[in-house]
Amino acid sequence: MSAVSDGTNAAEVVAARRPTVRTVAGSALRGVRRQPVWFLVVACVIFFGLTSPYFLQAGNLGNVLVQSSFIGFLAVGMTFIMIDGNIDLTVGATLALAAALAVGLQEAGAPPLVGVLAGLAAGAALGAFNGLAVVLTGVDSFIVTLGGLIGIRGLVFVYTREQSMLTMNGAYTGFGSLAVGPVPVIGIIFLLFVFVGQWVLRRTVHGRNGYAVGGNRDAATNAGIHVGRHIFLNFLLMGLLAAFAGIMLSTQMGSATPNLGTNYELWAIISVVLGGTKLQGGSGSLWGTLGGVLAIGVLRNGMNLLNVAPFYVYVVLGFVLIATLFIDKFGRR
Amino acid sequence: MQVTGRWSGFRAALAGSVKQQGILYAFILFLAGVAVAYPTVLSIGNVLTVVQQVSIIGVMALGVTFVVIGGQLDLSVGSLLSLTTVMVVGLHDKVGPLPAMLIMFAAAALVGAFNGFLVGYLKLNSLIVTLGMLSALQGITFLYSGGNNVNIQNPNQTWFAVFGRDFVFHVPVPMIIFLGLAAVLGVLLHRTGYGRRVFAVGGNPTASSYSGVRSSRIIFTTFMISALCTGVAAVILGSRVMGSQNTVGQGYELQVLAAIILGGTSLLGGAGSMFKTVIGVLILGFIQNALLLLGFAYYVQWLVTWFVIIVAVWFDVASKRGRLWA
Repeated sequence: MSAVSDGTNAAEVVAARRPTVRTVAGSALRGVRRQPVWFLVVACVIFFGLTSPYFLQAGNLGNVLVQSSFIGFLAVGMTFIMIDGNIDLTVGATLALAAALAVGLQEAGAPPLVGVLAGLAAGAALGAFNGLAVVLTGVDSFIVTLGGLIGIRGLVFVYTREQSMLTMNGAYTGFGSLAVGPVPVIGIIFLLFVFVGQWVLRRTVHGRNGYAVGGNRDAATNAGIHVGRHIFLNFLLMGLLAAFAGIMLSTQMGSATPNLGTNYELWAIISVVLGGTKLQGGSGSLWGTLGGVLAIGVLRNGMNLLNVAPFYVYVVLGFVLIATLFIDKFGRR
Repeated sequence: MQVTGRWSGFRAALAGSVKQQGILYAFILFLAGVAVAYPTVLSIGNVLTVVQQVSIIGVMALGVTFVVIGGQLDLSVGSLLSLTTVMVVGLHDKVGPLPAMLIMFAAAALVGAFNGFLVGYLKLNSLIVTLGMLSALQGITFLYSGGNNVNIQNPNQTWFAVFGRDFVFHVPVPMIIFLGLAAVLGVLLHRTGYGRRVFAVGGNPTASSYSGVRSSRIIFTTFMISALCTGVAAVILGSRVMGSQNTVGQGYELQVLAAIILGGTSLLGGAGSMFKTVIGVLILGFIQNALLLLGFAYYVQWLVTWFVIIVAVWFDVASKRGRLWA
């Protein structure tokens, strides 16, 4: 029980200031206890482990991690955005644009690094635009990014001319299948983002300010927090992460299609909400988001292994999402 | 003296009207500008075509307007359009047009009741509930069809063709359905006690519940109206195409919301009108039409929609707070 202590002991408070292995593990454990989504993850893992002989094999678990990572990158950024009380619907389209740029420029003869940088730059620019529009005009982020979702997808179609793009560069497409032992590199990067992101949320001024901004914006302003700058930075980060997700996805597929990432914004939001982050803002953690992302990944993979038609996943997920909301509202009285 | 008084009164009225219906005037200016370059944009044939094209999104937007004015969101309408279109088309050859429509409307009502129950009575967040339903209904559509496209074998031999393909005195039937439904729902929203209660619940739920309005029931009914309107849209779409893919309605929920927002109905609830939604739908339609006439690629309309949505809402918000920048 010491790992989930409430931190009233003075020595523990001091220890808690330094992120040692013990405190990180404690934070992770507390996160798990607070987020019921982890019970869903564990239940699914046990269920699929018993029903499918392939599920618990190292290779398959690596697949689950990689398949989860792409939505996962988006969900990490979305957690920051939603803790502020905002939402970003553009991430699926931004992902597609970054992938199209990264692959398309290579098709046009540029070295891979130029394509990757161009993709990241486009993501940053679109994130910055969203952030500036939300902060400067005072229009609700739902509306700004609803427009963006339609418009950025238009940009993708204008750039790709409705064609799929392909790269033959082995070094580029090889990155997607790199692995350290049984653990794929893309999955490691995703987990790294979760750990670093959670550290930023809990241990840095920027992260802690997010809870203040989402909890009570006026109070945050009065307390001297630069609310506008804070929100802008999170949208910028979100744009970069969406572009990164798109580039990672394109290295795995070796191509980019104009419809890439359609509905990914919905999956990312579903993951974050499953992970216990409130739409109203002011609370949330990346441990919960990780659970939400893995729950979806395990469900998709496991049902696939059991030969369940893929569209059952949509039905299950839709009702799981509504059930989460239901439990959140009525389960904690 | 009297003349100037009248003039200043007229000017004040005009200024107020511009502030109220700014988007309408911008729309008229936009159309006039395009018409100078391309007079065909205002030809009767073109106008009829545009209104016919937007009638499906339009009918859906009419229903969602009730939900939005009631202070909620409905993102499930796109997937519901997929489901209802696949149902009505798939059932047409099996049980005949009328039973197919009845079964489809019953399914739509069930979905509306489910949404309405969760949001109205259980007070769950409508964005997440309808997001969940967006996913679930898309899956159910695939389950229902087994993943296959559906179609009607003999499109020329069924009276079902009336809804999407026929004309009454050269006016396309989808347009008549859209504008007729807009008039009926406009009366319901603006001329009845029920409509006033929808505004009350969306504007201030606490105050309205103290004044004896049963907000649960009102919210429940707005989701029913939204789902049934989507059923009407499915009839038009199914009849027009005489077939359907499983994902036919994907993304429609965004177009519908875009139209409602463009018209000037606030997503916060408690304000808006049926007329505004019709204008918003027409703006979307004419942006697309005018850009195509001007020779731009099809997808450029999406870029324009992006900026028009943000700028339109920005000016609306700015005029309410009295300064341009937040």
